[in-house]
Amino acid sequence: MGHEKLSDSFLELIRRASTTLPPDVKKAMSQAIELEGEGASAASSLALMLENARQASEGSTPICQDTGALLFFIEYGPDYRQKEMEKAARAATIAATEKYYLRPNAVDSVTGKNSGNNLGGMSPYFHFDQRDEPGLRVRLMLKGGGSENVGAQYKLPDGKLKAGRDLEGVRRCVIDAVFNAQGKGCAPGVIGVGIGGDRGTSYLGSKEQLLRDLGDTNPDATLAELETQLFGELNQLGIGPSGFGGKTTVLGVKIGKLHRLPACFFVSITYVCWAYRKAAMTVEGGEVTYD
Amino acid sequence: MIKIQLPVSAEEIRKLKAGDEVAITGVMITGRDTAHKYLVETDGEDVKDLLKDSMIYHCGPVVKKEGDKYSFVAAGPTTSIREEPYQAAVIEKYGVRGVIGKGGMGAGTLAACGEFGSVYLSAVGGLATILAHSVVEVVDVHKLDEWGAPEAMWVIKVEDFPVVVTMDAHGNSIHDDIATLSKANYDRLIAGE
Repeated sequence: MGHEKLSDSFLELIRRASTTLPPDVKKAMSQAIELEGEGASAASSLALMLENARQASEGSTPICQDTGALLFFIEYGPDYRQKEMEKAARAATIAATEKYYLRPNAVDSVTGKNSGNNLGGMSPYFHFDQRDEPGLRVRLMLKGGGSENVGAQYKLPDGKLKAGRDLEGVRRCVIDAVFNAQGKGCAPGVIGVGIGGDRGTSYLGSKEQLLRDLGDTNPDATLAELETQLFGELNQLGIGPSGFGGKTTVLGVKIGKLHRLPACFFVSITYVCWAYRKAAMTVEGGEVTYD
Repeated sequence: MIKIQLPVSAEEIRKLKAGDEVAITGVMITGRDTAHKYLVETDGEDVKDLLKDSMIYHCGPVVKKEGDKYSFVAAGPTTSIREEPYQAAVIEKYGVRGVIGKGGMGAGTLAACGEFGSVYLSAVGGLATILAHSVVEVVDVHKLDEWGAPEAMWVIKVEDFPVVVTMDAHGNSIHDDIATLSKANYDRLIAGE
């Protein structure tokens, strides 16, 4: 696929991610509305969020003005080259900013200058995986800053939480992080958890968990059980949509594990807001499909 | 739904109670991290008259430019707590009657609301498209070139901008209430009961 067509495909992927709430998130929010019950203010807040998403999709405008950091996870076959894909994605990022699908969100950390087009150091971020089959699979997450600020990393054991190096310790960390977030990360959120790794890979692991479908089941039975338990427990906190109270504090919990160093035991928690913007595209034989 | 027209008096603002749903009409300005630091460290010459008896909206919008005219495309609230180190001083120094944002603020801001006659109003986070529709005109902008679009101070005219009072001038904070309630649940869950 030539540069122009590839770049146009990336642009469409960004547009979809910024302006369309994914079906699994909509479904989880609709279920939450039923749970809260008609007439409850938490239910009206959730309904308003869905209405906002509907209007954003209809007008092709961003669901949230914080269009986040662009995180591309790309699997590619031997018919593609990393450099070409990066070039196309960067061109698409500039075009998406010009079309107001993205807010200029890349700020020089020293001078404070906004680059104006979302390009900058590690912006966009790319994670590449080479595969033997031809074609391309691109998953994009637009990760907002407000929810990023309420993420947390724990180092076990943690004396204050009485959290040891076991799954009970992990459970305590996740409850602590979501409690501390209150409504500041735009609840109800989806919680990605990375157990193990080093500080960097642990956080990355927690973000990769967020690429999973909300309705899936963790292939690791132990982690699947912990996800179900934490989903129930976090929703007993009472923080609710926007932090105004209610039975819906999270829409999902996704947990992954990485091997760790004997000396380290990190638990990394990434919080993503209800405006959970993710989209994916598949390229096979020059044909592009989005999901 | 209580209607508030800007500019508004401290007396009028003191009548509001936490939990009140409010629709705001009039001219206000956006200001977030860079703006709050600036407002505290300088005399805020370019915006001080606008802030008097008006409101400040914690928002970094997506803004469309057509010719010389700007319009808001997406404009939900940003997390307010980051401005906590500055907010009380900004309320006092400029006579701000309302702070609009999301997630709530701390004890310093709550005290300033009581002392100087101001309120904190919550907009629903992520409601960017709906809230942008309530911004009927972009009147002016300050510091756009220096700070970029999200941080710039946008002077906007809003019509029936929908918010809820979550911190009032009488020491009430819905955010504190929810924090207390969820703390009890948190203690129970951590203990594994």
